[in-house]
Amino acid sequence: PVITTLSYFIIFFQQRIEIHKLRQGDNLILGFSIGGGIDQDPTQNPFSEDKTDKGIYVTRVTEGGPAEVAGLQIGDKIMQVNGWDMTMVTHDQARKRLTKRNEEVVRLLVTRQSLQKAVQQSMMS
Amino acid sequence: MSAAMDTESTYSGYSHYSGHSKKAHRQGRDRHKSPRSKDGTRSEKSVTIQTPPAEPLLGNDASQAEEGQDDNWGETTTAITGTSEHSISQEDIARISKDLEDSVGLDCKRYLGLTVAAVLGLLVFLTPIAFILLPQILWRDDLEPCGTVCEGLFISVAFKLLILLIGTWALFFRQPKADIPRVFVFRALLLVLIFLFVFSYWLFYGVRILDTKDTNYQGIVQYAVSLVDALLFIHYLAIVLLELRQLQPMFTVKVVRSTDGESRYYSLGHLSIQRAALVVLENYYKDFEVYNPALLTASKSRAAKHMAGLKVYNVDGPGNNASGQSRAMIAAAAHRRDSSHNELYYEEADHERRVKKRRARLVVAVEEAFTHIKRLQAEEQQKAPGEMMDPREAAQAIFPSMARALQKYLRTTRQQQYHSMESILQHLSFCITNNMTPKAFLERYLNPGPTLQYDRDRWFSKQWTLISEEAVTSGLQDGIVFVLKCLDFSLVVNVKKIPFIKLSEEFIDPKSHKFVLRLQSETSV
Repeated sequence: PVITTLSYFIIFFQQRIEIHKLRQGDNLILGFSIGGGIDQDPTQNPFSEDKTDKGIYVTRVTEGGPAEVAGLQIGDKIMQVNGWDMTMVTHDQARKRLTKRNEEVVRLLVTRQSLQKAVQQSMMS
Repeated sequence: MSAAMDTESTYSGYSHYSGHSKKAHRQGRDRHKSPRSKDGTRSEKSVTIQTPPAEPLLGNDASQAEEGQDDNWGETTTAITGTSEHSISQEDIARISKDLEDSVGLDCKRYLGLTVAAVLGLLVFLTPIAFILLPQILWRDDLEPCGTVCEGLFISVAFKLLILLIGTWALFFRQPKADIPRVFVFRALLLVLIFLFVFSYWLFYGVRILDTKDTNYQGIVQYAVSLVDALLFIHYLAIVLLELRQLQPMFTVKVVRSTDGESRYYSLGHLSIQRAALVVLENYYKDFEVYNPALLTASKSRAAKHMAGLKVYNVDGPGNNASGQSRAMIAAAAHRRDSSHNELYYEEADHERRVKKRRARLVVAVEEAFTHIKRLQAEEQQKAPGEMMDPREAAQAIFPSMARALQKYLRTTRQQQYHSMESILQHLSFCITNNMTPKAFLERYLNPGPTLQYDRDRWFSKQWTLISEEAVTSGLQDGIVFVLKCLDFSLVVNVKKIPFIKLSEEFIDPKSHKFVLRLQSETSV
């Protein structure tokens, strides 16, 4: 029962987003920018609540791009990309995992502070 | 408070050998002391510090004029007590008349003290020479011959006396800077020491050598040499006690002027209160802005307006309850909603604007005036002899163009009584002579400077009174407060001890300075 309760909560903490890449000339673009990584300085991340968090965060979402259409928001933390874990990768590894040339669709698992806070508050009350 | 108490305590350079004069006049001082202690208007002791004009004291008739200032002191004293909240009592009048008497006697006492000091100094200096010469004069034939050893000792005595003379001249022969109320404790101590010392040497000499007509001349000369050595050591002691001990800073002193709150901090060493007061006053003349009574009228008028609108009517019949009335007035004034803070704010902003405008006009006028003057080089001086002017004439030539702007600026900043036209012209010719720029000429007028910059009769502060709860010869301690009062304002001095500092060391290896690069890159995908 504990495990099921935990998985119940995990589903609420996180959100799955499916982005279809857009072809621009020779490149496939997703329409957002990432920041963070284990080789970067976590204290300069404006979106993380815990300033030692070295995960990958969405720092910008281009208007009208595929990411915005799919529902990605600025400040989201990317936990997985197509099943690959993104919580302990370097910045460059993250970039590579997102920009694989043979993939047209990326499925992201993101977590959002607003979601977390809402659940935390309802848990505490 | 009197000028008489500073008879023997002239902060004098004349040698430390003036102990006799001090002892002789000590009885005189004690005689005057008792009526003064009956003064009941204040519980603290108040004594006078007076700064004389800077002139050498010996053989100068100008000091007579200064004593003349002392004679007028009676009137000044009257003015002080007149402005205090107590009216003049019988004791005050008695004190004033006594001051007048004493200040006349002060003249003789000071000169007497100086001559006695000089005579004593000479006597002490000649003592070793006398010790050496007297046996030669009195019983030359009986003396044992004493060859090279004695001659060597003569040379050493001569040089040591020379060194003593130069040292005494360097250390003690200085113009007195001020009259202080009480005698210097350390000086008195040293004088007593010297007196006892020389007296005991003479006693021994008289009894053991003169009476018995000792024939061992070498021993006598060595005795004289030991006297000179001991005098040199006393001189060393004098340097340490009088000069070196107070050099290391131990106290920080905060001086606040009572009229406008201007404050400064100074560092002092171990000093007595009167000497600390002297240091504070010496620094006052160069650090504090000159006291300008015209600047204080604004706050006084505001305070007057605050209470002016209220009047007390007594409806319960006669019965003059003064304290009740004033309390009622204060309460009413507090409740009244007045906008005097508004007035102050706008008035100050307006004044600032006006001052800045006038200042701009003044700077432009002066710069323009200075462009009309050009210095003639030596070769050019032969070519155009007709138009040449000396600095004074040049100043008079360009003064009219800036006079009005300067006058207006001084009026706005309320400095006009400090600068007469003559002084401005003099300063202008001084600046022209020394190739100063307009800004250098103006620095004297744009901001009020320290008191020393101005003419002596514009100073409002020449005679000071030291008011202290502790004895003025006692040393400074943490927490002592004393007040230096002059006619128009006072300086409140607060003494604080410099804290004991615990300093520890830490070693950093120069190789331990290492850095990493921390980035936060952003990549668009």
